[in-house]
Amino acid sequence: MLNRVLNSPAARFAAPAILGVLILVAWQFVCRAFGVPAYLVPTPTDIAETLVQDGPMLTSALMVTLKITFLAFALSVVLGVAAAFVFVQSRLLEVSLFPYAIILQVTPVVAIAPLIIIWVKAPVPAMVICATMVAVFPIISNTILGLRSVNPGLVNLFKLNKATRWQTLARLRVPSALPYFFGGLRISSGLALIGAVVAEFVAGTGGTSSGLAYQILQAGFQLNIPRLFASLFLITVTGILLFMAMAWLSKLALGGWHESEMAH
Amino acid sequence: MKREMEMSALGAAAERTPVGAGPVVLHADAVEKTYPNGTHALDAATLAIRRGEFVSLLGPSGCGKSTLLKMFAGLESPSGGTIAWCDEQGRESAEPGRSMAMVFQEATLMPWARVAANARLPLDLAGVARDDGDRRVAEALRLVGLDQFANVYPRELSGGMQMRASIARALAIEPSVLLMDEPFGALDEFTRNRLDADLQRLWRARGFTVVFVTHSIYEAVFLSSRVIVMAARPGRVIADVPIDGPAERDDSFRVSSPFIEYCKVLSDHLGRANRGER
Repeated sequence: MLNRVLNSPAARFAAPAILGVLILVAWQFVCRAFGVPAYLVPTPTDIAETLVQDGPMLTSALMVTLKITFLAFALSVVLGVAAAFVFVQSRLLEVSLFPYAIILQVTPVVAIAPLIIIWVKAPVPAMVICATMVAVFPIISNTILGLRSVNPGLVNLFKLNKATRWQTLARLRVPSALPYFFGGLRISSGLALIGAVVAEFVAGTGGTSSGLAYQILQAGFQLNIPRLFASLFLITVTGILLFMAMAWLSKLALGGWHESEMAH
Repeated sequence: MKREMEMSALGAAAERTPVGAGPVVLHADAVEKTYPNGTHALDAATLAIRRGEFVSLLGPSGCGKSTLLKMFAGLESPSGGTIAWCDEQGRESAEPGRSMAMVFQEATLMPWARVAANARLPLDLAGVARDDGDRRVAEALRLVGLDQFANVYPRELSGGMQMRASIARALAIEPSVLLMDEPFGALDEFTRNRLDADLQRLWRARGFTVVFVTHSIYEAVFLSSRVIVMAARPGRVIADVPIDGPAERDDSFRVSSPFIEYCKVLSDHLGRANRGER
């Protein structure tokens, strides 16, 4: 009975929402009851107030972060998919280049961000490059996996029907790769945001003023903890919305046929 | 006596060229297959398949029946001997033409495409015009009884219906030769019997040539006009048995004495090969 209720779309939204409200109420109550000062842990109402008061400033900061995130995400999709197609077409290229893609992935972006910010003078492109380096790998590896995960029976069917290389790619490999690609897209969208924030931190430390991470940095220096929380809140909301957008896209593309998107 | 009566009741079918007397459409000449890892899958096999025949390749696992079928399909090349394909005009070619379709062990449908789009695929790949394709797909779906299911995804169909969709895809190109690799092996016996009966009926009505791989003696006898019996280790042809059953075959054929006689004959061939090997 409970399981049936929990499977309804409304419950899936309501259950976490109610939990969130409960946590906020408890948080507010504990801070008030024990007189926790706002420079240590602000109450949810403090944070909400700050969100309104610092609204214009935080909004423009959010726009910068969003711009970097979306540019990096778009670049990751384009470069990642292109790299995957090239790797799948040529074994030589894959063998020679894939290890470098892994190096790119395992190098912490904070470690190379200062270099990139020095080399690329303009702050936004520099930060986009940093965030792209974080976000591109899941797209490459998932798309490669997808392009390779083709039912061998269907490959034979295409061969039997004398399909050209192009027909096999467009009608067989690409559709087979879609579920994997969308999995990569979800991971990558979150990573693009993380990459953007990390890049802003590094740039912010160097004195370049920019997005929400810079606001967090400044708020930390000034012990303006409510503003720090407000910035954090905006980053989290952005991340959740991104994830939901990707889940929706994936459902739109695969809803009719793929197991992962079928109703449970 | 009973068989003669059944035969005489089929005046209409007798007007056609008798099955097995048509021109050769597929010819395997001393065809051998040894895989790079040393597995000797098939020892020199010579056989000809004539237009309009329903030939089953019957044998245990490892007898090379699927290998032989894949070579007929052009999906594998023989390591010895030659295969020749002959087109409608009787011209011989060293390559399979477009008028050959294959049905695999699994339905092998594209999960992202609806049934009609799946059946259309070979036509799309061949560049057949849209309305001509629509007509042929509708016709093929009607033949396999899936006309109500053109717009559903494969996963919404049962195993038997997926197989029907797979057969519709093969029929859509209006093939002259249909290669089938244990197509009903994964289905339950009732579904399998029904699909066998439908396939028999289709073959009678359409007159295409079928090469059918199976490891079921009953299925081979029920369907075929001729059964090639094969044995394993190494894979080889051990017998070639024409099945002279009634033209119109239904469930009553399954329990008739000729049916049981043929099962016994095939079973004896397989048993002798098995004993001779040990």
